[in-house]
Amino acid sequence: MASSTAFDIRIRQLTKAYGPIRALDGIDLDIRAGEFLTLLGPSGSGKTTLLMALAGFLRPDCGSIQFAGREVVRLQPHKRDIGMVFQNYALFPHMSVAANIAYPLRLRHVDAAEIARRVEAALAMVQLSGYGERRIDQLSGGQRQRVALARAIVFEPKIVLMDEPLSALDKQLRDRMQIEIRQLHERIGSTTVYVTHDQREALTMSDRVAVLNGGRIVQLDTPQAIYERPACRFVAEFIGESSFLPVEAIDGVWHHAGRALTIAQPPERDGRRLLMIRPEWPFVLTGPPSDDRPTNRFEGRVANLIYQGDTVLIQVVLADGSPVQLRQVARGHGSGDLPAPGAAIVLGLTAADTVLIAEDDGERP
Amino acid sequence: MSGSATGAARPSPIGAPGGDLHAAALRRDDRRERLALFGLALPALLLVTVTMALPTAWLFWLSLLADDGTLSLVNYARMIEQPSYGRTFLTTFEVGFLTTGLCILIGYPLAYTLSQLPQRTANLCMIAVLLPFWTSLLVRTYAWLVLLQRTGLINSWGMALGLWTEPLPLVHNLAGTLIGMVHVLLPYLVLPLYGAMRAIDRDLIRAASNLGASPAQAFRTVFLPLSLPGLAAGALIVFILCLGFYVTPVILGGGKVTMVSNRIADDIDVFFNWGAASALGVVLLVLTLSLLWLTGRLARGVNLFGGGHV
Repeated sequence: MASSTAFDIRIRQLTKAYGPIRALDGIDLDIRAGEFLTLLGPSGSGKTTLLMALAGFLRPDCGSIQFAGREVVRLQPHKRDIGMVFQNYALFPHMSVAANIAYPLRLRHVDAAEIARRVEAALAMVQLSGYGERRIDQLSGGQRQRVALARAIVFEPKIVLMDEPLSALDKQLRDRMQIEIRQLHERIGSTTVYVTHDQREALTMSDRVAVLNGGRIVQLDTPQAIYERPACRFVAEFIGESSFLPVEAIDGVWHHAGRALTIAQPPERDGRRLLMIRPEWPFVLTGPPSDDRPTNRFEGRVANLIYQGDTVLIQVVLADGSPVQLRQVARGHGSGDLPAPGAAIVLGLTAADTVLIAEDDGERP
Repeated sequence: MSGSATGAARPSPIGAPGGDLHAAALRRDDRRERLALFGLALPALLLVTVTMALPTAWLFWLSLLADDGTLSLVNYARMIEQPSYGRTFLTTFEVGFLTTGLCILIGYPLAYTLSQLPQRTANLCMIAVLLPFWTSLLVRTYAWLVLLQRTGLINSWGMALGLWTEPLPLVHNLAGTLIGMVHVLLPYLVLPLYGAMRAIDRDLIRAASNLGASPAQAFRTVFLPLSLPGLAAGALIVFILCLGFYVTPVILGGGKVTMVSNRIADDIDVFFNWGAASALGVVLLVLTLSLLWLTGRLARGVNLFGGGHV
C-alpha cells in the first residue's frame, strides 16, 4: 500500500462534561503527521472520550479538531475518512471476512476488480491470505483482530484510531501483535492514535505518549522521557514501579533525611519534591564510599526478598523508615550473592539517576 | 432445582484394572444428571403430547369420517366443489398477510426507537407496549367497536372537526378487522424484534459510519440485516396467530370477513358437522406448514428462530 502523506491532528480546548465530571478538560494536543501517538491513562481519564471525539462519535461541548488544517469538529463520522479499530473489533457478523474488508471500498465506489485486489493485499498484509471466505465467527480472537486491522487500513486513511485493540487477547498474542501493529504503522505511514491503559504497551509501540488523568494531558513525551523523567507523581506511579523519598531544598541544596544529594539535573525552583527511584536504578554498595563517580548513598535494612523468576525484588527500609525497592536480575541457580532479609544494606544511586519530581501535577490551577 | 442430588460416587477399589479409578461411578453420575435434566422437560413434553399431538391425530381421523361414520373423503371433496371454501381460505391468508404487513410497518420503527432508548426508559415503554395483554381480547374488541362504528368516537369527532363529512366505514368490514387484529398482535411482533435489535452491538453501527457509511447506508447494510432474524420470528408469530383468529373478525368484520376459524365454528355450532370442521382444520394446518416450509426455503441462511446472531 502506497504510503500517502499522512495528516497531522491539531486539537484545541477540547472539552466535554458529563454533569459535574469533565471527561475532557480543555485538551490541547498536536499530533504530528505519520506519528504513532498513544493516549495512556487509567479508566475514566478521558482517553477513550478523546478518541471518540476524534472519530466523531461524540460531540464535544466546545473546542477544535483539525485534520491537516481542516476543521472537522462538526463533521459527521462517515465524512471524516478515518480508519478505526474497535476494542471488540466490531466486525460485521453477517458478512464474510472479505466482505468486511471490502465494505469501506464498496462505499467509496471502488470497482469490483480493484476491490478484490485490495482486499487480497490487505489480507496478505495481516497474514490472513486465504481467509477471505470465512465467516467472522469461525475466526479466533487474534484473527478477528487482524481482520479489524485490515478493514481499518484497506481504504488508506490518513488517520487510524485504535481503541485498546489488544485488550481481549492473551499476553503472548498481545506481545506479538504490538510489534506487528507497529511494523504495519511504519509501512502504511498514516498518523495513528492508539488508546491503551497498558503502560508497557504504550512504551513499546509509541513515538510519543500522552498521559491523561482527569480529562487533562499531564505529560506528552517520548516513552523514554515519560519513564525516566515523569512530570509528576501520578505519571511516575502509573508508568512503571517506583519508590518515592521526600526531599527538600535547603539553601539551594537538595536534602533527603538531612543528607545532601548530588543531582545531575536539579530542579530550577526550590521547595519540596520527591526523589523517584525506579527499582532497577539503585545498586548495592559493598565497599567503602569512593569518589570515583558521584553517587548518593542510602543506608537501610533488607525487609523482604520476592522471587519473580527473571528478577528478584528486594524491599529495603531506609534508616528514616522510607521503603525503597530494588530489582536485581536473577542470575542462574543459587543466587548466593543476594542479601539476606534483616541484613544491613547500602544502596547507591548515581547522580544521573537521582531524579526529583513534583509531588503532584500542581502546574495547573 | 434438579431434585435428584447426585450423591458422591461410591468408592471403587483402589488400583482397579486399567487404572479407571471411579470411572464407572463417574459415568453413572453423568447419566443421572442427564436424566434429571430430561425430567425437567418431561411435564412440558407430556403436555404437548396430550394437548397437541393426540388431538391433531384425532382431527385427522375425524376429517376422514362422513356423516354416517364411514371412511370417506367427502369432507375434502366438498371444499373443492364449493367455491366459497376457497374464498374463505383466500380471505384468511389475505387478512394474515395484511395484518402481518401492517404490524411490520408500525412495529419496526417502534422497536427501533425502543432499542435506541436507554434501558430504563425502554423498559417503561415496553410495559406500555404490553399493556393490551392486560385486558381481555373480548373487551378490547368491543371497545374498538364502540370507537369505530358510524356513531362512534372517531367518526363523531372526525366529523365535528370537519375532517370528513360522511361517517367512514371503519367497522363491519376488512378495515375494522385489520385495526382490531393489528392492535392485538403488535406486541407479538415488537417483542422478538426489540430483543434482536437490543442485541445488535452499537459499535457495529459506529464501525459502519466510521468506514464511510451514511446513517441510511449503515442502517441498510448493517442494522437491517442483523435485525431480520428478529423480524422474521415476530412476523411468523403474528402471521400464524392471524390464521386462527376468531373473535376479532366476527365482531369487527360484521359477517363480511369470513375466516377459516369462523367456518369451523359454523360447521360445529350450526351444522354439528365435526367431519367438515376437522377437514377445514387439517387443510389450514397443511397450508400453513407448507407456507412455513416455503419461507424457510426462500430465506435459507436467515436463522428464523435464533434471534439476533451477534
